[in-house]
Amino acid sequence: MVDLKIKIQDLEFKNPVTTASGTFAYGEEFSDFLDLNRLGGFFIKGLTLENREGNPYPRMAETASGMLNSVGLQNKGIDHFISHIYPRIKDYDTHIIANINGSTIEDYITVTEKLNDLEKIPAIELNISCPNVKEGGMAFGIRKKSAVEVTEAVRKACKKILIVKLTPNITDIAEMARVVEGAGADSISLVNTFLGMAIDAETRKPLLSTVTGGLSGPCIKPIALRMVWDVFKAVKVPVIGMGGIMNAADAIEFILAGSTAIQIGTANFIDPQVSLKIIDGIEDYLIRHKVKAVTDLTGAMEI
Amino acid sequence: MTRNFFFKNMKRIEDFTVIQHHWLNENTFLIELKSSGQLPVILPGNFAQIQINNTPGVFLRRPFSIYNADYKNNTLTFYIKIVGKGSRELGLLKPGDITSIIYPLGNTFSLPDKDKVLIVGGGFGIAPFLLLGKSFREHQKKTTFLIGGRSKQDIMLASTFKKYGDVLITTEDGSLGEKGLVTDHSVFNNNNFGYDMIYTCGPDPMMKAVANIARNKNIPCEASLENMMACGFGACLCCVVETTSGNKCVCTEGPVFNINDLAW
Ligand SMILES: Cc1cc2nc3c(=O)[nH]c(=O)nc-3n(C[C@H](O)[C@H](O)[C@H](O)COP(=O)(O)OP(=O)(O)OC[C@H]3O[C@@H](n4cnc5c(N)ncnc54)[C@H](O)[C@@H]3O)c2cc1C
Ligand SMILES: Cc1cc2nc3c(=O)[nH]c(=O)nc-3n(C[C@H](O)[C@H](O)[C@H](O)COP(=O)(O)O)c2cc1C
Ligand code: FES
Repeated sequence: MVDLKIKIQDLEFKNPVTTASGTFAYGEEFSDFLDLNRLGGFFIKGLTLENREGNPYPRMAETASGMLNSVGLQNKGIDHFISHIYPRIKDYDTHIIANINGSTIEDYITVTEKLNDLEKIPAIELNISCPNVKEGGMAFGIRKKSAVEVTEAVRKACKKILIVKLTPNITDIAEMARVVEGAGADSISLVNTFLGMAIDAETRKPLLSTVTGGLSGPCIKPIALRMVWDVFKAVKVPVIGMGGIMNAADAIEFILAGSTAIQIGTANFIDPQVSLKIIDGIEDYLIRHKVKAVTDLTGAMEI
Repeated sequence: MTRNFFFKNMKRIEDFTVIQHHWLNENTFLIELKSSGQLPVILPGNFAQIQINNTPGVFLRRPFSIYNADYKNNTLTFYIKIVGKGSRELGLLKPGDITSIIYPLGNTFSLPDKDKVLIVGGGFGIAPFLLLGKSFREHQKKTTFLIGGRSKQDIMLASTFKKYGDVLITTEDGSLGEKGLVTDHSVFNNNNFGYDMIYTCGPDPMMKAVANIARNKNIPCEASLENMMACGFGACLCCVVETTSGNKCVCTEGPVFNINDLAW
């Protein structure tokens, strides 16, 4: 028997496989396809204080080995989540992690405080990396000063495990991880999407209503992997890695580069059962390589 | 109007085997694929997300309306127009090839209260209407199909649709049926128009024009939308359409919408 359990600080996960915010809705959308209880956890769609309609259609464009999106945090707001969605999903036997967003630090704090009362949400992921909103989001995550301010403020308000999600759209991600760790993050997750764009040459029009959007999928994997490695070397807190993971081999690469847990994003759209296949694939890998515990692989790349 | 939900089907992901193609012209074909198990009930308007294998540049699945479902042989048939890499690849598959399909997705059309219905389809927009025509025949509705295209070569399957109702045709060059766009057809000029409900699917400008006619005549109308999709089952929020009550997902809350709910 191999041991798939991992810990983010005191919080134990049954395995390192979780699904990424914005690619797994509220979990329910996947319940026809898989047993959610098998997942290490799932990160729900980004929450904001107020209802948000997101950006106008079109907000998706396919690219070579990936996709651009500019959904822009569409959600019905934290109160709607608490009264309507949370009661429906709270009894799944897996960790449900809330991804939180705001235009101001006050927004982030209010959302955090409201989540404190929800017993079945053991952690929050502070999203300072959304490239698709005009205010807040990535604006907080590209400068050290504002990243520290929002992390410290949410740290004070938050009674749960605090994961801070970094944007890759910066020059020195290791330095950003270090200052966010210093500001109180229990864990660092990365990467969010890369800012990109696409144009229809025939019509000369952008393919996204917002012109630019966030790139995800296998096309970002080598850069994401390098950033996870950089961050792993820079911080002591556990790292949650993601960016283009399509199968178990990809997941193992992220673990070897320093991830304690991984998130699966865009791959869920193509194969809604991929997360379970990745759990099985990691287990097979451990058996094949005679490794007892998945935690033995974290950062175990041999140079 | 009553929604004819029989029951909510579980969505599934399944490997299908290609049985055959039937080419209608050089860039339009029917493709029949067989399930390894028992087909669930497919409602008119339901669509599927088909995996495109081994095609550089195609990353996501492609959404296609379910044109026909054969419960005896457990096959699904799609009516596909080649517009790019993914649709072309589906045309190149060989009998015995296997591809993964997520289905049945999306909602369905309403059953009209009254008896006479007009179904307006342009291009591959007629794809969801064979199952709808079949369902209306079971419910003893009197169905007229109005099919539009650029010219004669674009009008396909009229003889198949004839089994389930009358067929009217328009072509822009006048090579078949009445000359003009579907919305130019004389059926709309008639003072005693006589239809109790209109259903439409096709390019957005066509559907909007049909919706305008329906509004002017004060007749209920449903449109089946074809927004770009990444997942097809409510996970990504990429496929939204603006409605009177905010952005809604075409893949889960549609593809069929009452035109009065759309911000058209
Ligand atoms: C719910 C739904 C049902 C559909 N039913 C059918 C059907 O029954 N038969 C059929 O032939 N097609 C149908 N479509 C459209 C079909 O999905 C697209 O034609 C297909 O995705 C194009 O893929 P491609 O790789 O061949 O083209 P690509 O190489 O991806 O694109 C080529 C061109 O096709 C057009 N295109 C791409 N995606 C779409 C889209 N989603 N809708 C309209 N145009 C698009 C764009 O103009 C693009 O420039 C449906 C779409 C939806 C959302
Ligand atoms: C359609 C879509 C919506 C997303 N929404 C969010 C979001 O609400 N909050 C967030 O932190 N990240 C969001 N992301 C980013 C993903 O969680 C993930 O960081 C990114 O897609 C990289 O992983 P991947 O390549 O495996 O998809 C979204 C990504 C996509 C494709
Ligand atoms: S296509 Fe993903 S939500 Fe509709």
